[in-house]
Amino acid sequence: MTIAVLLKQVPDTTAKIAVSEGRVDQGSVSKWSTSPYDEYALEYALQLKESGAGDLVAITCGPSRSSKMLTDAAAVGVDSMLHVEADTSEMDSKQIQSILAAAIKHCGADVVLCGKQAADTNSGSTGPGVASLIGAACVGMVSEVSMDGDGFSALRGSPSGNERVVVSKPCLFAFDKAATELRRPNVKGIMMAKKKVIEKVSPGDLGVDIGESGIKIHAHDSPPEKPPGQKFEGAESVPTVVAKLREEANVI
Amino acid sequence: MNITIIAETSGNQLHSVTSQLAGAAGSLGGTITLLCPGGVGESEASKISGVSKVVSLKGDCFSSFDSGAWSAAMTPHCEGVVIASSSPTGRELASQIASKLGVPVVQDLTEIGQDLKMTRSIYSGKAIETSTASGSCVITLRQNSFESAGSDGNAELITVDSTSEVSVAVKEAMAKAGERLDVSEADIIISGGRGMGDPANFSHLNEVADVIGAAVGASRAAVDSWDEIPHSMQVGQTGKTVNPSLYIAVGISGAIQHLAGMRSSKYIVAINKDPDAPIFGVADYGIVATWEEALPSLKEELAKL
Ligand SMILES: Cc1cc2nc3c(=O)[nH]c(=O)nc-3n(C[C@H](O)[C@H](O)[C@H](O)COP(=O)(O)OP(=O)(O)OC[C@H]3O[C@@H](n4cnc5c(N)ncnc54)[C@H](O)[C@@H]3O)c2cc1C
Ligand SMILES: Nc1ncnc2c1ncn2[C@@H]1O[C@H](COP(=O)(O)O)[C@@H](O)[C@H]1O
Repeated sequence: MTIAVLLKQVPDTTAKIAVSEGRVDQGSVSKWSTSPYDEYALEYALQLKESGAGDLVAITCGPSRSSKMLTDAAAVGVDSMLHVEADTSEMDSKQIQSILAAAIKHCGADVVLCGKQAADTNSGSTGPGVASLIGAACVGMVSEVSMDGDGFSALRGSPSGNERVVVSKPCLFAFDKAATELRRPNVKGIMMAKKKVIEKVSPGDLGVDIGESGIKIHAHDSPPEKPPGQKFEGAESVPTVVAKLREEANVI
Repeated sequence: MNITIIAETSGNQLHSVTSQLAGAAGSLGGTITLLCPGGVGESEASKISGVSKVVSLKGDCFSSFDSGAWSAAMTPHCEGVVIASSSPTGRELASQIASKLGVPVVQDLTEIGQDLKMTRSIYSGKAIETSTASGSCVITLRQNSFESAGSDGNAELITVDSTSEVSVAVKEAMAKAGERLDVSEADIIISGGRGMGDPANFSHLNEVADVIGAAVGASRAAVDSWDEIPHSMQVGQTGKTVNPSLYIAVGISGAIQHLAGMRSSKYIVAINKDPDAPIFGVADYGIVATWEEALPSLKEELAKL
């Protein structure tokens, strides 16, 4: 059995986002990192691998800079890496999903872990869409997964709390933040990872014709600046603020 | 134009956001069909103004959430632009329906304009994207961003028996600890951070919340430091994105990842003892004080209203 984890490289959460000529200026991003929820997916994918569920492949689709993220994943224990080289920034959900579904098939994976939402798109579309394309059961909002006989047991968030669910493969888990420590690579891991070869392909190599995007992006803009607020010293100002909330803001 | 709305449900009832979805659909103009998974809220749904037809989908497959099974049962009834809520389940269903229809999905819109011009925030609120679709698409809408439709409708109600193969089996359901309102549901939120000093001090936030019917949230530092504060309360980049009318941040410094989850709140109040805390940069009303001094007075003033 092969387990796949989908990792996306995004601007670090601390990075400033600048807009130039109607698009987010990728060139000005100071630091790129693995999307936060994907790190939880990676941690549980490693745990599944260690409990004997199978080999683990890390898959990304992105520009050449994303390779570094795969090497980082190898340093903590990923067996192999697939990099589909493409610029995803103007792709719609359908295009990116068709590439990733083909990549998963290419690796022969029947268990897929990913993040619930990427920190750049903020969408949460990819996991469920890919599950549908590869005919896998989809479990979202996952914070824990383990092997359970021939299948898997997962903890997922629900509107009323949490649910323990079981699924058989093929299946996909989209991860929320989990209550686990993330592992950091050690020196040996980093050395080993440098020797590992990343398989690099194009969407065409996977037999995918992504066609035209069905969504036309008009513009990216910086969020509107908020007018400076009013600041008050000391707890004595609480009645004033409450009065303003009622009279100026009309929210209470 | 045909519009299909996926009703958002909450237990055995229609969730209030459903009426907002209908309000938004109404602004686009067109014939609106509303799908009720599991038949939940069908009679209430048929009274939402502007809805022409309610399709009540009955079947065992709706007894627990399985986006694969639900979307398989719903997709044949989806025509034209499909609209769902951007709740976690709404997004999951929307993506699966889009994939089954072979169309793109655009999530968490905060505005829709003429010719389906879509506005959404990206990069955790650090940028705004506007786009249009060249053909059909599925969209999800952010809660509390659109006006609700009225309730003087009289839609035709059609019941359909659906079967679909369920592959996610629920073994155990664990209810949330406590009965408090969820931050993603609330119109007023009061959140505490590491500055609260001790999880027991959240009781002071609860007391204020009870006076104004608010939900209580938390920063990641509070959630990570204290077991008593569950992740379900976390607001921010790796927690919940909220946009209430009023957000009160207490003992929260205002790290960029926290702002990512709450900066679109209509009004923000910050209580922090450090006059230079970055949270004051986004606050409409900032109070430089300790929570020990400010909260008792806040509770008292709010109780007077
Ligand atoms: C990948 C990633 C994702 C993250 N996601 C999130 C997220 O989703 N949500 C989130 O919140 N954070 C997130 N963070 C963490 C974030 O960077 C901050 O560490 C966190 O928000 C700080 O929480 P805080 O404001 O409660 O604590 P602190 O930064 O420690 O601030 C405490 C504040 O309390 C004030 N204070 C102290 N005592 C008092 C008192 N008696 N009365 C009043 N004020 C007082 C202090 O002046 C200070 O400003 C994330 C970080 C990373 C790297
Ligand atoms: N280009 C990509 N390469 C690899 N994984 C991706 C890519 N885009 C999305 N994903 C995965 O899908 C998740 C959700 O992404 P999104 O639908 O964009 O919010 C991410 O957290 C990743 O795990």
